[in-house]
Amino acid sequence: MRPITNSSPIIQHSAWQRAGQHFSVRLGASVLLILLLLALLAPWLGTVDPTLFDPASRDQRPGQTGTITTLEGETLRHYFLMGADSLGRDMYSRVIYGTRISLSVGFLSALLALMAGVSLGLIAGYLRWVDGLCMRMMDGLMAIPGILIAIAFVAVWRPSLSTLIIAIAIPEIPRVTRLVRSLVLSLREAPYIEAAISLGTPTLKILFRHVLPNTLAPLLVQGTYLCASGMLIESVLSFLGVGLPSDIPTWGNIMAEARVQFNAYPYTIFFPGAFLALTVLAVNLLGDGLRDTLDPKLAKRL
Amino acid sequence: MSLAHADLAPALLELRGLTIGLPQQSDRPDAVSSLNLTVQRGEIVCLVGESGSGKSSIALAIMGLLPAGLTLRDGQILLEGQDLVPLHTTALRALRAQRMAMIFQEPMSALNPVMRCGAQLDEVLREHTLLDPAARTTKMHAILHEVGFTDTSQIIAAYPHQLSGGQRQRIMIAMALVLEPALLIADEPTTALDVTTQAQILQLIASLQQRRGMGVLFITHDFGIVAEIAHRVLVLHAGQCVESGTRTAVLQQPQQAYTQQLIRAVPTLIARASNVDPNAAVVLRVQGLSKTYDAPGWFSRRKATQALHQISLEIRRGQTLGIVGESGSGKSTLARCVARLIEPTQGNIFLGGDDIAHRSAASLRPLRRRVQIVFQDPYRSLNPRMTVGEALIEGPLNYGVSRSQALQNAARLLALVQLDPAVMSRYPHQFSGGQRQRLCIARALALAPDLLIADEAVSALDVSVQAQVLALLEDIRTKLHLAMLFITHDLRVAAQLCHHVAVMSHGEIVEHGSATEIFSHPQHPYTQTLLAAAPGRHFAFAQ
Amino acid sequence: MLKFVVHRLFATLPVLGIVAVLVFLLLRLTPGDPAAMLAGDAANAMQIEHIRRSLGLDQSLLVQFGRWLQHVLQGDLGESFYFKMQVTQLIAQRLEPTLSLASLSLCLAVSIAVPLGVFAAWRRDSGFDRVLMGASVLGFSVPVFVLAYVLIWIFSLQLDWLPVQGYESVRNGFWPWLRHLILPALTLSVVYIALIARITRAAVIEALGEDYIRTARAKGISEARVLIRHALANAGIPVLTVIGISLALLLSGVVVTESVYAIPGLGRLMVDAVLARDFPTIQGVVLFFSGLYVLLNLVIDLSYVFVDPRIRY
Repeated sequence: MRPITNSSPIIQHSAWQRAGQHFSVRLGASVLLILLLLALLAPWLGTVDPTLFDPASRDQRPGQTGTITTLEGETLRHYFLMGADSLGRDMYSRVIYGTRISLSVGFLSALLALMAGVSLGLIAGYLRWVDGLCMRMMDGLMAIPGILIAIAFVAVWRPSLSTLIIAIAIPEIPRVTRLVRSLVLSLREAPYIEAAISLGTPTLKILFRHVLPNTLAPLLVQGTYLCASGMLIESVLSFLGVGLPSDIPTWGNIMAEARVQFNAYPYTIFFPGAFLALTVLAVNLLGDGLRDTLDPKLAKRL
Repeated sequence: MSLAHADLAPALLELRGLTIGLPQQSDRPDAVSSLNLTVQRGEIVCLVGESGSGKSSIALAIMGLLPAGLTLRDGQILLEGQDLVPLHTTALRALRAQRMAMIFQEPMSALNPVMRCGAQLDEVLREHTLLDPAARTTKMHAILHEVGFTDTSQIIAAYPHQLSGGQRQRIMIAMALVLEPALLIADEPTTALDVTTQAQILQLIASLQQRRGMGVLFITHDFGIVAEIAHRVLVLHAGQCVESGTRTAVLQQPQQAYTQQLIRAVPTLIARASNVDPNAAVVLRVQGLSKTYDAPGWFSRRKATQALHQISLEIRRGQTLGIVGESGSGKSTLARCVARLIEPTQGNIFLGGDDIAHRSAASLRPLRRRVQIVFQDPYRSLNPRMTVGEALIEGPLNYGVSRSQALQNAARLLALVQLDPAVMSRYPHQFSGGQRQRLCIARALALAPDLLIADEAVSALDVSVQAQVLALLEDIRTKLHLAMLFITHDLRVAAQLCHHVAVMSHGEIVEHGSATEIFSHPQHPYTQTLLAAAPGRHFAFAQ
Repeated sequence: MLKFVVHRLFATLPVLGIVAVLVFLLLRLTPGDPAAMLAGDAANAMQIEHIRRSLGLDQSLLVQFGRWLQHVLQGDLGESFYFKMQVTQLIAQRLEPTLSLASLSLCLAVSIAVPLGVFAAWRRDSGFDRVLMGASVLGFSVPVFVLAYVLIWIFSLQLDWLPVQGYESVRNGFWPWLRHLILPALTLSVVYIALIARITRAAVIEALGEDYIRTARAKGISEARVLIRHALANAGIPVLTVIGISLALLLSGVVVTESVYAIPGLGRLMVDAVLARDFPTIQGVVLFFSGLYVLLNLVIDLSYVFVDPRIRY
């Protein structure tokens, strides 16, 4: 006997309500909201164009005031909150604008991987004859270390925001597919699905009315983890020099450029690094909280 | 049984005012409140109650194994006069297996799957004795022999998964009794076992108890078992003792309304006389049905298993056919074939005039309406994300009934299964097990089927709820003139409900006939064994 | 058992085949012209055409794949465009640093993470548990190279205990080898410590909730024995599985770590090859890593037998 059985007809709070009250969900979501605001409001937060440079301000220390030259050739006084890089670009502006890339790459690559994985997983889980072929393909894809696929893909297709997102999403697809497939396979055995079959419900309707809604919670949790890993991989690609070019500032390429001067100016790596870590941490906290509240079975496993 | 010396020495086990607190936000403050209980040496005390009555918490409290969340609030636990409550864990640990031991409900999960049985038994001896390995081995062989194993060396070397449920429960008993404790606590030790195995284990416990003069605290929900082995009985309800006394006193002259109600709910093994129309239309006719599960994949070494072999049966309108068998007999496979959730390998299933055995999914759909099924597990039978209303109208909508009409019909059905039609906007988790099973029945009836299959539909329910659901099924069958295929492992339930009974074993029907014949004059040896194993069959319960 | 090994080896063939197709296609379906890229900016059309022909790039995709596969099966991964030597040789040269780094990281991760996980599970919801779980989320979240620079800054630049970069072969002595590997291995293992500790904790907690633990306690077994012999032994499968997953991630992590610490291993080779668009090398390294991954997973699968007697091959 367990102390609390689900037979007790006490009205339970819905899982979503509980998720909303969970500490790490709230903390993670708040931090992400602030970062989202930073990304959206970047031009109004005392930044300058992150591509502007001024030779006179090269390697400014954080907190110093120097000059910056606009595209029109005008020289402005500027306060370098986080210093300047070796070209004399404002670190603060670059880091704040970098938020945009990290958030959008993380979110969009997760979304893409989820969409592809859910479609493949549903098909594989429900159509036996596709299953074998599809899962062997996924096994093959999974056998290649993800970052190698991403690097190779970006390298040959030239980095742009969209190739970057695709490159990051592709290696994640097999995991989502496997998750969805295993959910579908276990749900297929659920008595309520068999009851629906007996009630004459067509297969497609079973898939969309009975199966898909019950995979939402685990998928959302998986999605947050994909988002976190997407951000990390983006930064790795930039850091290795195969990511976006430096006229689009990302935390990864800021750090990549800072490597050479690391001994003298370690903060040029630490500022964007701290932002990246904070963002990924917020996403992970959100994911952990959602997992604990929405997906108790997964919570037990992890 | 000797109670004479009880006055001189302290009782073997005495609980005084035991109160166990539940966590906050539970449906009641205490799992057990102010409970007094005594077990003398040489007697079996049965603690009976339905699920949630707090009976397992008492056992765990005595052993000092209460799970987190449950707290011992008040009272004394006296084992041979010594209060266990204030004892330190080390002292308590020393008493376990030495003076008191416990066996559990699930023999499948109660043994460590990655340790050999011998090692698990040996662990007890190593922890509590200073015996050398040779002496321990001798002792192990002796106790295994005592619990009924002949090939003891093989058992010592075996892993739990290589043994049957009954064998594992014997290992559990061996582990519990190897150090000859004075008290054995048995928490539903036979509930997960088949009826024939259950009878053997009960007999083993009773004989060991007599031979050793142990005291046994036996926890169960089954009055049949109580009738079989108890000396004294204590009835528990919502954490409180409702009634206690000797076996005959409680079972034959229960004083309290609750006890009377429980005992009345126990189905008898006597088939109820019924007059059925032998010329009613045949709803379902199954002929030569076989199902073989293939070995999947090319590389697999799993052999093909034959789950059903040449099954033939028929059900007429307004009649109930019971399929009785132990686990693995193929009875659920039969139900799933008839509902066409799986395709049989061979044979025909005639539904009225249509053979549905080998139809494609598309051509099957128009016929599905006519066969509906209710499953065992009320918690997994309803989609947790659909309201009751949506679940009830899903079927009719599939067959082109308008939404408003389907909703009207659903309200009528809820009334039929004795639920408030206002519950339609609620979600399944807001209902109890019995209520959910009613909902499942209503959902099945929404399509006005010709045949209703109940696959162990009352097995997961408490006895009083079970009686209500059985009454409901009976009521529906007469009102709607349904044919019913009732799958169960429980002979008593079958006797209560069925007009005809087919006994299945290893995928075959070994005996088939009217319920009265089968229960009063079983012909096949297997049926005879089954009936003989039903606990408490000779006992005259108060009716 | 032997039959199973053979069976599993055969079962990995299609996987490797698909890997080969994917690797081949990924690089051949590029928008750019590899011959043009290889020839450089100064080349004229004639030179480009010559290079294309000499590399067989003018033939149909299927022919190219067939030829490539035939060579791969003979152990010939082609000649590097950039390094001007056999890719097989190139990989062999770079193998030692990568294997040293990966195995040291994994040993470090397992030997730190498993005890931490078990202890956290035993003292569930205690201060220690909360701190460890919080630290593990942090461990997942800090990018490998940021961590690398933090460690370099502290141990090499500020304290001057360890070398900043570089690699010493184990042939030149154990201590120099270890000194150069401590920081990279520590960097690389942090995320696996987080991962393995978490899974170990969860698996042990789950095992502790099982009926057989209650049985063991009812037998009066000491708590340490309950924890190790009953709970941890049953948590073996998930822990092994996560170690298998870690191996795959580890192979990825190697790329970044080698890059930061300037270790001349396979990861570094991959990055150099990508930057130089050296197709045979990229294909070779990816294929090698995938083969290694498949092999390691086979080993993990087989080792389940020793952890769980219910699994029989």
